[in-house]
Amino acid sequence: MKKLKILLNGIIKENPVLVLVLGTCPTLATSTSVLNGLGMGIAATFVLLGSNIAISLLKKVIPDKVRIPCYIVVIAGFVTVVQLLMQAYVQQLYKTLGIFIPLIVVNCIILGRAEMFANKNSVLDSALDGIGMGLGFTFALFCMGTIREILGSGTWCGIKLTADLWDPITIMGMAPGGFFTFGTIIAIVNKLTHGKAIKKKKIACAGCPSHGACQAEAEGGC
Amino acid sequence: MPTVTDLIVILFSAILVNNFVLNKFLGICPFLGVSKKLDSAVGMSLAVIFVMLMATAATWPIYTYILEPRKMAYMQTLVFILIIASLVQLVEMVLKKFVPALHKSLGIYLPLITTNCAVLGVTVLNIDEKYGFIESMVNSLGAGLGFMLAMVLFCGVRSRIENSDIPECWKGIPITLAAASIVSVSFMGFGGVIEGMIK
Repeated sequence: MKKLKILLNGIIKENPVLVLVLGTCPTLATSTSVLNGLGMGIAATFVLLGSNIAISLLKKVIPDKVRIPCYIVVIAGFVTVVQLLMQAYVQQLYKTLGIFIPLIVVNCIILGRAEMFANKNSVLDSALDGIGMGLGFTFALFCMGTIREILGSGTWCGIKLTADLWDPITIMGMAPGGFFTFGTIIAIVNKLTHGKAIKKKKIACAGCPSHGACQAEAEGGC
Repeated sequence: MPTVTDLIVILFSAILVNNFVLNKFLGICPFLGVSKKLDSAVGMSLAVIFVMLMATAATWPIYTYILEPRKMAYMQTLVFILIIASLVQLVEMVLKKFVPALHKSLGIYLPLITTNCAVLGVTVLNIDEKYGFIESMVNSLGAGLGFMLAMVLFCGVRSRIENSDIPECWKGIPITLAAASIVSVSFMGFGGVIEGMIK
């Protein structure tokens, strides 16, 4: 039961994107279509699972003072694995996602989970947490991608929906649409949770490696 | 050798057309987190410009002269992030020792920058675009200036938001993102400017 709770925590209660508002850059950039979003989500889930397991195994070896650089090296290693795998098997997707695959290294969801969860908990728990958080990220990208693809290009997973009856709102697929969709979704989450989500952002900030220098924490999240 | 016109085109398209924050979605965290006050927005942007230039000056030669000839291009991500992380540490120590005044104003932003995707992003993009060294440096400068422009502009927008009556659930991040979306629309207007400029 406890294990299930860890798994579900990342998907709903502490969804890294929709509730904690972490990893905004890839969320905005790769949610132009459902398939791009899913591809990015799965790649990040793989890295998150790998890094959580590795860091949890190494938690006694890594000295406390240099833990962040150590985490970054572990994460960068897994990102390289993902890059090579994607180049070999899904080259088209790799080209579309482009720079955002190497940028998984600096995704604060992954570093945040290493800092908040994996260096304190057992290997199994960390693995479950990694899968849960990864699926939560994928789910958020899927939602964003669905909205932006239907409105922005009139398709869903490449299936045509509008039957050329009206023109799609192209701007939803571009940068402004990304910001606006994300803002709207977070507003809806705030409404549905009656403001409870806003308080949780403090947890997210504690996990951010740079929260000491960031002024956003005092103001209620990034 | 790139001509001066090439460099000007790279510089201005990096600042206006391909703005890192508003068009490429890189560096959103500091854009949302540190854009409330003008002085901190400027401080953060100066630190980003500085680190971007340093990082490009360090990563480009290492990639071109060490990684690529030895067929180790796949180590790019790992090597780049290590270089940036150690560079930021080094810069912080040097500033603290020799230029305490500058350290006081920029120092608090430096740790934020290690995990800033704009810095890693610009170094990787320079390699992807196959830019030479000078072009890379100009592109990084443009990216940094573009970041600064977006931060400073957005800071003005945010001070207006502060004083307006916003529905409860839109307070905080949602309204900030909606405002960013409108600022980003205005930047789309720069679309054809560069082509028109050099004709």
